[in-house]
Amino acid sequence: MPSIRTLSLCSAVSLLLSGALGSPAFAEPFVFTAIPDEDQSRLRQRFDKLAVYLSKELGVETKYIPVKSYAAAITAFRNNQVQLAWFGGLSGVRARFLVPGSQAIAQGYEDQAFVTYFIAHASTGLKSSDGFPKDMAGKTFTFGSKGSTSGRLIPEFHIRRIFKTAPAMVFTKVGFSGNHSKTIALVQSGAYQVGAVNFKVWQNQLKAGKIDTAKVSIIWKTPPYPDYQWTIRGDVSKRWKAGFIQRVRDVLLGMKDPDLLASFPRKSFVPASNIDYQPIWDMAKQIKLID
Amino acid sequence: MVVSTNSAPSAPRTSPVVKVSMGFVAVAMVCLVFADISITTLDPWSEMKRMAWGAVTPDFSVVAGIGMVIVRTIAFALLGVALGALGGFMLSQVFHLGPVRWACASVRAIHELFWALIFLQMLGLSPLTGVLAIAIPYAGICAKVYAELLEEADLPALRILPRGTGMVSALFFARLPEVWVHLKTYTSYRFECGLRSATVLGFVGLPTLGFHLETAFAEGNYSAAAGLLIIFYVLIATLRFWMRPKLVGFYVLAAPFLLGGGAAIDMGNIVRFLTVDIVPAPLRRGSFLDGQTWSDLGDWTWTLLMDQALPGMVTTLLLTQIALVATGIGALFLFPLISKKFFGPVARSVGHVFLVVMRSTPEFILAYIFLQLWGPSMLPAIVALSLHNGAIIGHLVGRFSDEVRLRPDSPRGLNLYGFEIVPRVYGQFLAFLFYRWEVIMRETAILGILGIATLGFFIDSALADIRLDRAMFLIAVTAAFNMGIDILSRRIRRRLRLRSQAGRA
Repeated sequence: MPSIRTLSLCSAVSLLLSGALGSPAFAEPFVFTAIPDEDQSRLRQRFDKLAVYLSKELGVETKYIPVKSYAAAITAFRNNQVQLAWFGGLSGVRARFLVPGSQAIAQGYEDQAFVTYFIAHASTGLKSSDGFPKDMAGKTFTFGSKGSTSGRLIPEFHIRRIFKTAPAMVFTKVGFSGNHSKTIALVQSGAYQVGAVNFKVWQNQLKAGKIDTAKVSIIWKTPPYPDYQWTIRGDVSKRWKAGFIQRVRDVLLGMKDPDLLASFPRKSFVPASNIDYQPIWDMAKQIKLID
Repeated sequence: MVVSTNSAPSAPRTSPVVKVSMGFVAVAMVCLVFADISITTLDPWSEMKRMAWGAVTPDFSVVAGIGMVIVRTIAFALLGVALGALGGFMLSQVFHLGPVRWACASVRAIHELFWALIFLQMLGLSPLTGVLAIAIPYAGICAKVYAELLEEADLPALRILPRGTGMVSALFFARLPEVWVHLKTYTSYRFECGLRSATVLGFVGLPTLGFHLETAFAEGNYSAAAGLLIIFYVLIATLRFWMRPKLVGFYVLAAPFLLGGGAAIDMGNIVRFLTVDIVPAPLRRGSFLDGQTWSDLGDWTWTLLMDQALPGMVTTLLLTQIALVATGIGALFLFPLISKKFFGPVARSVGHVFLVVMRSTPEFILAYIFLQLWGPSMLPAIVALSLHNGAIIGHLVGRFSDEVRLRPDSPRGLNLYGFEIVPRVYGQFLAFLFYRWEVIMRETAILGILGIATLGFFIDSALADIRLDRAMFLIAVTAAFNMGIDILSRRIRRRLRLRSQAGRA
């Protein structure tokens, strides 16, 4: 009887499944993730290198796991599947709100005064200006990821501040490219006429020769705001050893390898604390990205 | 000879089948007026050239350990389908009970990707997330189909069983042996779907082929994308060589160990999700006894319905109706490619390859590709949905057309197509199409994740904001909407007396 055989097999499977999928009991590594704000192979290179550095300096096996969305990074942090994360300003305040006791411990030197660039396709005729270029109204516009600080929160904040209405009412079409590399590519190809992009990614790609400045250029730079930071869960000290948070902070701040720093790209890392990100929280609240 | 008593010949009556078809075409035309269809990229050709170049220079080396990725994709599909089929089989035994039928309808109304997004919240990137995301909706689908197969079968053996034979004995000795072949055929078809599902789950982070496919496409590395897609097609095309009935047991036993590691599961996260996260915000914050809480809840629901659910439903419906008719037209164009009535063996095998590629590529991936080419509008979604579903129906109709017997003096070419074959396969074709209606809609909702403002767009936005209460509410709305379409489709099929054995999916 084929059916009985199959049935018994299947019940064996469910037993095995519960065994194989259960949690392993042996020493778990210290795991970190990062918001997927750029091309993934770039991130992979950067963070695999960082994992080696952290393992060596912390004396604890450290692993990087890649995720596909900003929300997935926050969820993994919240569910304690990663203990450390390289968040943007917005994802950081969201994560720390969801995980009491978690702390921002370090930020890039440049993250103290981060900037968003509004960029436009040459065919729009929009030119670089000091004031907010209001003629972008009526064009098509792309943000970065829905959960991005520099690609969503900040540009939407300024758009709402100037036009006193939602982006969907200002532009003929509003999209979310997914990440900053994609935003540049989409505006450069003309798929969207205007976009908002993280200035670091812009500079990095410009240096890498991936931007055709005859097709796409900067039309406005936002005022500075605090952005990326390393956030760690408060309960890591229990899981590893007392003072582990301070240890991780010291190791991050002590990062001197020029290659590693250039991959972020940051000049150096400096201390950060939760309170530094209050402006981000307030802006997010104001435009109702946070209840 | 019968002479008409009327002086004028009576006008030919339009058959209900034609009326319904025309009705659907008319609705789609109206939808087209409201739809947003455009090519927004300024230079789609340069991107298309890069894609074409990628397709002819496939790169298989980009993903380190590609072997393991393939094995994992198969393992996810295998376990998901095995559990789904087992669960579905057990449910099919009690499918006559109303609550069971409703439960099955609601779990299958939610797309695998949405299930995955839900389980990601509870279990994180654990292998169980992927397995359950496939197993749960598949159980709902299998339960329905198995129950129908068991019910439709003519069971002479059942009639001669002595009175008082237990249900289980009757099942194993009389019912199962009769329909075993059908169950097996359907389940192996489900496995093929499972491979597609497992691949697509990679787009939200599970370690299957889709994970790397998404990376390759997002970075514009089309050679790598082509390599991965070719591997995927080979996997599907060689299915019958490696998926031997005798080996299934072995595979299923090995699969749990091949899913790859993942984060440990924490009960606390599951409990938190079920008891806190998905509770509407006003209820979570306020007291149950406070009138304000309930008025806030009213506002919360109303705002969500009017600002998100309703616009999402309108777009979903527009897109579904256009895609449904486009699928029908596509299928009618595509089926002759594999029909013996129209083409010789060489042309037919080319047709077969085209249809296999189109129906094996998940709509989600096709839409993703077209979006890169043409920029965001409904156009990529319509083309993706109609190519994929058109190829599926075209394949089924093409096979069906081979069985049509022709008179020796039958016309040839276009006349044969228009006056003989199409009218004779039309009923079957329509049955297949109405079966796919609900599937097309489920996919339409999912395409919102890619940026088209269907229900999936609002669900994705809610998840991005970690507003799980809103996400669950919108998922429930999507499921209800889908069940509505399912019921409507069944009514229409029944009224037109359309039946088909093979069109279930």
